[in-house]
Amino acid sequence: MGRSTHIALLRTWLESRGHAVLDTGMTRSVLAGRGIKEAKTGHTLGRLTMQLFYATDFIDRLENEMLPALRAGFVVLTDRYIYSAMARAEVRGIDSHWIRSIYSMALVPDAVFYLRIRSPQHLVERMVSSGRGFDYWESGMDLGLGEDFYDSFIAYQTRMLKVFDRMSSEFEFHVLNASRSVRSVGSDLRRAITKLLDEPATPGEHNVSPLVPVREKPSPAKPSTNVIDLNKEALS
Amino acid sequence: MNTYGHHQFPGKLFVVEGTDGSGKSTQLALLYQWLKTEGYPVFFSEWNSSPLVKNTTKRAKKRHLFTPATFSLLHATDFADRTERDIIPPLKAGAIVLADRYIYTAFARDVARGCDRAWVRDVYSFAVKPTAAFFFRAPLDIAIDRIVSGRPNLKYYEAGMDVGWADDPEDSFKIFQGKILEEYDRMVSEFGLTVIDASRSIERQQREMRLLIGQHLNNKKKRGKGY
Repeated sequence: MGRSTHIALLRTWLESRGHAVLDTGMTRSVLAGRGIKEAKTGHTLGRLTMQLFYATDFIDRLENEMLPALRAGFVVLTDRYIYSAMARAEVRGIDSHWIRSIYSMALVPDAVFYLRIRSPQHLVERMVSSGRGFDYWESGMDLGLGEDFYDSFIAYQTRMLKVFDRMSSEFEFHVLNASRSVRSVGSDLRRAITKLLDEPATPGEHNVSPLVPVREKPSPAKPSTNVIDLNKEALS
Repeated sequence: MNTYGHHQFPGKLFVVEGTDGSGKSTQLALLYQWLKTEGYPVFFSEWNSSPLVKNTTKRAKKRHLFTPATFSLLHATDFADRTERDIIPPLKAGAIVLADRYIYTAFARDVARGCDRAWVRDVYSFAVKPTAAFFFRAPLDIAIDRIVSGRPNLKYYEAGMDVGWADDPEDSFKIFQGKILEEYDRMVSEFGLTVIDASRSIERQQREMRLLIGQHLNNKKKRGKGY
């Protein structure tokens, strides 16, 4: 009960209000989605290779899906954006200047909603009760942090949580307590999005410029596009 | 993360670069034979050879899915896999690694396609700095002749058709190769590439390469029994 549930609800709600919606998400690109999934079934995907594969997936979706949709006046909902990719890289000891420079062509979203679960133990609980098992990568097994999936998952997600918490002030995430019911999280999301959509769009404000250097402009005053990032690593 | 130039490995990395048809692969193959006979542990690594990325690249080329940015990133993914698998481990083991095309190929092609010069360099900053990088410089018309006469059908991305410079593949290829050559020329001083005049005979070029590479191998122990 997390990101994908809320994206689906938001999509219906936005469409019923008359907004055209594009929803997209990590590893869903035409170009690299399948390749990433194949690479992840073996355990031979190196750390650097993984980051670049994800970046390829992201840029493909940015250029071929998100930008055209934004230019056409759509609202874009994306299930994870560059922040999840950057957090995964950071937890794996990848140089943060490097990963940020790769993603520097990303657009600064209008809002980033961080669906925050307060502890990795809660994440596990939700994952297990939803019937999903432990995933090799989601448990950070490639990092050798614990003896089994459980220990590794807790250690990995603890690190992820720390990185997300730090990012949430740097990039001004809109933090929502996702341990609450779907209904109350959903209503918070709708309220925040209504506010964004009701802001009068001044001409020129929504110009789509694909070269916003993330590392130089971590928290822009004026958002320029309608990208929403539901940003929580482990549960969907 | 170790970035470009910061790695310290016991092995040596030699790379060859140049436009299509410059004869660099021939030279590298001869070098490989020589080093093997001399008894060195040699490892050969080729551009665009990651088994992990192969299918994605193939499909994307066939279906024309690339933009300049994703073309660049997928090749960087391929190169990262090569680095993690084929380049760093043998270098750590003290081997000589010979690379047919390296990051300079990406810098030349991607910038020719319109990618930002600094961005592409940032993307590849994880690469190991070569012991020496040889740039086989052939006059444009010679290189184009070699390619076009050998292969009547230029491929879509090879000819740079995706950028839309020209409707005719051969015209497009010429424009593309010209831009690539310009980028290579810029990189000679930026990265200290060793320029090899590729218009001379194969034998002369090989003699020169062996001489240059020999200078880096003075202190390297040969494997066991030698030749």
